[in-house]
Amino acid sequence: MSDSFHTLAKVALTIATLVALPATAQTPEQTLAGFKQAEPGIQAFSAARGEQFFKSTHGGDWSCSSCHTQNPANAGKHAKTDRLIKPLAPSANPARFTDVAKVEKWFKRNCNDVLNRTCTAQEKGDVLTYLLTVK
Amino acid sequence: MYKTRLLAALIALISAHAYASGGTSATAPTNAKWKAECASCHIAYPARMLPADSWKRLMRGLNNHFGEDASLNPADTAEILAFLEKNASRRKVEPAPQPAIRITEMQWFIHEHEEVANRLWKDPRVKSASNCAACHTNAENGRFSERELRVPK
Repeated sequence: MSDSFHTLAKVALTIATLVALPATAQTPEQTLAGFKQAEPGIQAFSAARGEQFFKSTHGGDWSCSSCHTQNPANAGKHAKTDRLIKPLAPSANPARFTDVAKVEKWFKRNCNDVLNRTCTAQEKGDVLTYLLTVK
Repeated sequence: MYKTRLLAALIALISAHAYASGGTSATAPTNAKWKAECASCHIAYPARMLPADSWKRLMRGLNNHFGEDASLNPADTAEILAFLEKNASRRKVEPAPQPAIRITEMQWFIHEHEEVANRLWKDPRVKSASNCAACHTNAENGRFSERELRVPK
């Protein structure tokens, strides 16, 4: 009797753990690899280029750092509402860049606001390469 | 004997989940997707704060959400809109080609905040009338009781 209960408990725990993992979870490095394959003619990603892109304005009032700060290992805040934004650098926030759907959602929105266009895979790759160097 | 207890525990767990996820008349309705998406940049404003037509207009215009791109994929937009419409304000409003989408323009909001000094809206601790949590200390949890007010002096 107690044996079958323990087996049932083990099975339930395994299922619960599997169900808890998001279906789209991957490492930031895998996300980066995805950018490399996304478009033809991608050059080697550059953290220096990514950092400059991140900290510059692009024709509007805002840069990425307007909300994500000059040091993306820090928490940021929304430029208008002051809403707390958890750190963007994976070293400070391991959940970042692990959910492809979430990554694409925020790039779509924020590039539209900051650059008034979509970001290229090259730009996304440069930025993520930079963010991966931030400790 | 323990099988009965296990069954009772399971029933209790399911009941608790149903209570927490759907809400009763005593608690504000909530939806996981709405909470996750609409609380990214501000508090998730409760559905009862706007009528259904206002929510419809707002959710269809997320590409330009008060000056920012807040767009969602079609499935998420549909789910959130359905939740908002279901739990929207049922107050009568004048039908308009462009329903108002600012909560701060609603008659009930203006009435509730009649006694708030104008200077407070511009106080850097408040910044904007859309920043409920500046004074409504439990706004994050959808609670706006006067008992939980703390107005900056």
